[in-house]
Amino acid sequence: MDKTAGSVRTPKKKSLGRILYENRVAYAYIAPFYILFLVFNLFPMVFGFALSFFRWDGLSDMHFIGVQNYGNLLNDPLFWKALQNTLFIGIIAHIPILLGGLVLAYILNTRLVRGENIFKTIYFMPMVTSAVAVTVIFSSMFGYNYGVINYFLSLFGEPPINWLGGDGSLIKVAVIVMFSWKWIGWNMVIYLAGMQGISNDIYEAASIDGATHVDVVFKILIPLLKPIILFTLIQSTIGMFNLFTEPFVLTGNSWTGGTNNGALTLMIYLLNKAPQGGNLYGYASAVAYVITLMIILISTCLNKVTEEKDPGAGKGGRIR
Amino acid sequence: MKTLLLLIAGFFLVLFILSRLGEGGKKAALYLVLIAVAFIMLFPFYEMFVMSTLKTNEIYSFPPRLWFGSNLMKNFENMNKSVNLLRAFQNSCTVTISYVVLALLFCSMGGYAFSIYDFPGKKALFRILLATMMVPATAGMIPWYIMMSKIGWISDRTPAGFLALIIPGCANAFGVFWMRQYCQNNVPKSLMEAARIDGCSEWTIFFRIIAPILLPAYASLGIMNFVNQWNEFTQALLVLKRQKFYTLPLLLKTMVGDRGTDYGALMLASTCAVLPLLIFFLCASKYFMSGLTAGAIKE
Repeated sequence: MDKTAGSVRTPKKKSLGRILYENRVAYAYIAPFYILFLVFNLFPMVFGFALSFFRWDGLSDMHFIGVQNYGNLLNDPLFWKALQNTLFIGIIAHIPILLGGLVLAYILNTRLVRGENIFKTIYFMPMVTSAVAVTVIFSSMFGYNYGVINYFLSLFGEPPINWLGGDGSLIKVAVIVMFSWKWIGWNMVIYLAGMQGISNDIYEAASIDGATHVDVVFKILIPLLKPIILFTLIQSTIGMFNLFTEPFVLTGNSWTGGTNNGALTLMIYLLNKAPQGGNLYGYASAVAYVITLMIILISTCLNKVTEEKDPGAGKGGRIR
Repeated sequence: MKTLLLLIAGFFLVLFILSRLGEGGKKAALYLVLIAVAFIMLFPFYEMFVMSTLKTNEIYSFPPRLWFGSNLMKNFENMNKSVNLLRAFQNSCTVTISYVVLALLFCSMGGYAFSIYDFPGKKALFRILLATMMVPATAGMIPWYIMMSKIGWISDRTPAGFLALIIPGCANAFGVFWMRQYCQNNVPKSLMEAARIDGCSEWTIFFRIIAPILLPAYASLGIMNFVNQWNEFTQALLVLKRQKFYTLPLLLKTMVGDRGTDYGALMLASTCAVLPLLIFFLCASKYFMSGLTAGAIKE
């Protein structure tokens, strides 16, 4: 290495070795991360896209079949069922998550109530709890004969509801309840941090101008919190498409989403094609890429929607 | 359904009336909402604790028992007969702790280099990183599985599946990105120049001077990674092929599918799986919240 330093090379055209040597410290720092990153993250992403155009069982030769996987996918009623279930669960669950999160954060931000940290801690507890354990608990609570929820309903003279059985349509309710139960506190904590980042002067000015609470929420808070709400929406959208554990355990480890595919989500559908259940690796890659595209599409749309109106508003609503 | 709707309507009516009764009433209404939600959040945990102390026939009774029973020890025995919880706990610890340590080390080294050093290719490398952050991990899931099985990390004889859970996840693009932000805002370049003049080697600078500055970032990112890995289910389900190597969530799953689920033992096992992290969380909830909401910060 030292010899090349004295050679006649022009300084602009250094050899690769020379560059690596001169910056060896920096490269040494990023190397462990980047090697793993390239091998285990970037390569699978790219390879997955390529694989989605092949037919492959994981062992024999790969056959290039063009977009046939995507075609088959769109013609599979089960895929549409899974997509429908996933979107239904996700969209309905976002109502309590968003509204509940905002309302709770607003209440804690009013300074009328004490014990902010206690409530925050309680609401956040589901976030650190294993999804399998949560599902185990809820499946007993949603039980037909002995569940607490049916007992509660019976106090009001309601007949018991077969949440987890029956024709499989009500199991989505249980999944929605668990999904909202888990995410509401997380959203609330983020919204609250955002609200606390907004200067008190704004509220005071608003109240002097005679603004009601509703005005404050819709005309001041929500516009200012837009970037944060956007962030939580994108995260829970990703959570929605990755929804697997809850419906899977709730249906007793069913790879078809239980009765009438009532709880079949896209993630269960995907993993059931490969590697569990089947070995249609090419097809499963196509499914994975369709899910990926949907996530990117929804995120981009959300970004567009929030950017559209008053561009100046976004700057205030940041944490810290 | 009618009575139930009436009840909900009644709840809102009470809130409305209270809010009209001046400052005190308003306060009461707000507390009522907060406590109602807190009840919903806590009740499932309470149910879990209660059921882990009940006999099977007490669990299968109507109306459901809502107070603790006396069958805790028996449930414990039954649980130990059917599964080895301690081993699953050890497996979970092994996977989670090695994952967190490696991820923190690699991510902070990467983030530090990106923020402090200038080197050829830095911009391009960082752009690749940012671009992959936009792509959800789902995209690489199937090839990840194929890779793991081809290198032999999916095995029913050795705990190689642990490696499949630990190593690929270490290269967490968000972690590097986040560490870089933190370094840029908190590590003064003058500090390192001073250290260099004093004759510190680059490694000494990193481990002795930079790492202590990064402690808050380590705490947040570490907690985030810890919670995610501790509760990881989907990946573990795919790569861990033998009960001996199961982590806690997988072990719980095996107890569900069995014929004639022993609910008492199952609930006790759930309690054991959930409680350590929950206690840890209650002691340091502030750090957990900032860690798990880390990405929301926009500078």
